[in-house]
Amino acid sequence: MRANCWTGKRSVEVREVPDPTILNRRDAIVKITSTAICGSDLHLYNGFIPTMREGDVLGHEFMGEVVEIGPGVDGLSVGDRVVVPFPIACGVCGACERGMTALCENSNPNAGIAEKLLGHSPAALFGYSHMLGGYPGGQAEYARVPFADFGALKVESDLSDEKVLFLSDIFPTGYMGADMAEVGPGDVVAVWGAGPVGQFAIASCFLRGAERVIAIDRIDHRLRLAQETGAETLDFEQVSVPEALAEMTGGRGPDKCIDAVGMEAHHANHALHAYDRAKQAAMLETERPHVLREAVMSCANGGIVSVIGVYGGFTDKFPMGSFMNRYLTMRAGQCHVHRYMPTLLDHVRNGDIDPSFVITHRMPLDDAPKGYRTFLEKADDCEKVVLTP
Amino acid sequence: MRAVLSSGRTTGRETAEELARGLGMFSLALGSAQLAAPVAVARLAGVRADGPTVRGVTSLCGVRELVQGAGILSGRGTAGWLWSRVAGDVLDVATLAVGAARRGAAPARLGLSLAALAGVTVADVVAARGLSRRGDDGADECRAVAAVTVNRSRAETYRHWSDLEHLPEFMAHLRSVRVEASGRSHWEAVGPAGSTVRWDAEIVEDREDEVISWRSVGDADVENTGSVRFRDAAGGRGTEVVVELRYRPPGGRAGAVAAKLLGEEPNQQLRDDLRRFKQVLEIGEVVRSEGSPTGQSTRQQLAQRPAQPVA
Repeated sequence: MRANCWTGKRSVEVREVPDPTILNRRDAIVKITSTAICGSDLHLYNGFIPTMREGDVLGHEFMGEVVEIGPGVDGLSVGDRVVVPFPIACGVCGACERGMTALCENSNPNAGIAEKLLGHSPAALFGYSHMLGGYPGGQAEYARVPFADFGALKVESDLSDEKVLFLSDIFPTGYMGADMAEVGPGDVVAVWGAGPVGQFAIASCFLRGAERVIAIDRIDHRLRLAQETGAETLDFEQVSVPEALAEMTGGRGPDKCIDAVGMEAHHANHALHAYDRAKQAAMLETERPHVLREAVMSCANGGIVSVIGVYGGFTDKFPMGSFMNRYLTMRAGQCHVHRYMPTLLDHVRNGDIDPSFVITHRMPLDDAPKGYRTFLEKADDCEKVVLTP
Repeated sequence: MRAVLSSGRTTGRETAEELARGLGMFSLALGSAQLAAPVAVARLAGVRADGPTVRGVTSLCGVRELVQGAGILSGRGTAGWLWSRVAGDVLDVATLAVGAARRGAAPARLGLSLAALAGVTVADVVAARGLSRRGDDGADECRAVAAVTVNRSRAETYRHWSDLEHLPEFMAHLRSVRVEASGRSHWEAVGPAGSTVRWDAEIVEDREDEVISWRSVGDADVENTGSVRFRDAAGGRGTEVVVELRYRPPGGRAGAVAAKLLGEEPNQQLRDDLRRFKQVLEIGEVVRSEGSPTGQSTRQQLAQRPAQPVA
């Protein structure tokens, strides 16, 4: 089959690879109908996530049709149309039983590697490094889906691929950003990053009854898209974000702050950006934590900082004094997609939201390298790329 | 992996300590010379050429010697530092051989250097063994401990383990366990470099749902003892399984260090084994990915195949 493979820093290639086969009893093979490039794929593309190998198949946002099932799969049949969550979760361990499927204790055969860097291992993810499992991803014609009876969500055919594809990652991830921040009626929320995950975080805040949402980015078309969803916007290259947020909230600061940027943030002050960029290049820190620092400093007293942007290792100059003395709470995590999928599918079915609003580019799988370049450069007003095998 | 050191002193140990101090001073002196005059030292050792590589490699060796010297003389973890000298000696012989082959050598000087290195290596091994020694029996014992929480009852968890013939399905190094009617068991495991090691074992203690412990008997290839304990996890979260192994690795402590360098870290291996045990109990089989197609395995984690379907 054809699959988009990681071939080194800033390099991907669509190659011919073997077709997947059943390896475990609860596996299913899915023939992929739609797959997307995620912002977190760009962290891999840029070489910031350790333990990648040349030839790894990328992609963790995909859906398709079940074409084969293992002997241990119940409740799923050949021909079913499914959306697949990006974390791989068994459904029976302690973490899965408590709904924390991004922390599944059984899915990562390389937990020993993750332990060395992270202390304990989280769940494995599709197409996201060997430390997180060494599973091929879904930017391909077919994928093996482990624990398919627990993971894959069946979707009726009346909803188009483009409306349900993002249940695999970015819609639930954005929603969990709002959920971890306990966003509710009357809240003022600031969202750093108006990429696809940021857009879904903004939309989710409104779904949960937030009164005002302020989106922060530097790219015009992203800010325009956020405005269309109802957000107020700040261009961090034009204004000082902490000052603007204070002014917009009567000096209090936003009640809830969502970091939808992560480890590769930019800073409007070139000197500060260069400082962290240099430390990152010299392996003195793995992150450029501008957003994290700004979110903590800007958040209202007693507020909540919710982190859904991806971080990989260690961060410097975290403003612990501000965090402690002002009774802030921080929550962070890869999304427990399984927990949110059914509710969010209902929102789509009810017409509360049409997730296809973020799509700007549609291309065949063979154009994946072009898709990565376009998305990285935000060229041609690129917000989200969907690939069709 | 931790060597279990005894505090009992013997004459042999005192000699080893004195030798260690001497070797520490030697490291400092050699390191200083290598840093101060790398080319001269390389010449003296028999390497003819001069150039950035020779200078660089010799200076790096100097830095290593200084670190090791300081480590040995610090008086903490002396045995470990001495074993690092042994590894350094092996590296030096290899470096010298490669350097001589690539850059040309003075045969007489090279021969002398290699002889001197061999002599120093012997001294390092003697001192390191002397300090690694445990009590009077001279054994080199390793210990590994690991724990995992299994989302199953204590009874079920105990039952699965108590059938020793189940162990090879989740303990990566075991080839087979056969239990005789008498209660004695025959064990076969993968040893260093793919060899097979065998031993017989007997159960020392077996309390239902609580503990099983065993020890090797007779003429074992790897003398070992072990225990597995089962206790309720707080908050009804299943069973905590704690395994402790003590064994005398083939090739003694040096063998254990070599195995560790090849990715055979006993604590991690045991943790990987317990993760497989948890998978077998919770989902009925060992979980496999394309990068790790045989499931949890310490060695495989170091040598991943690409995350591509298995042909």
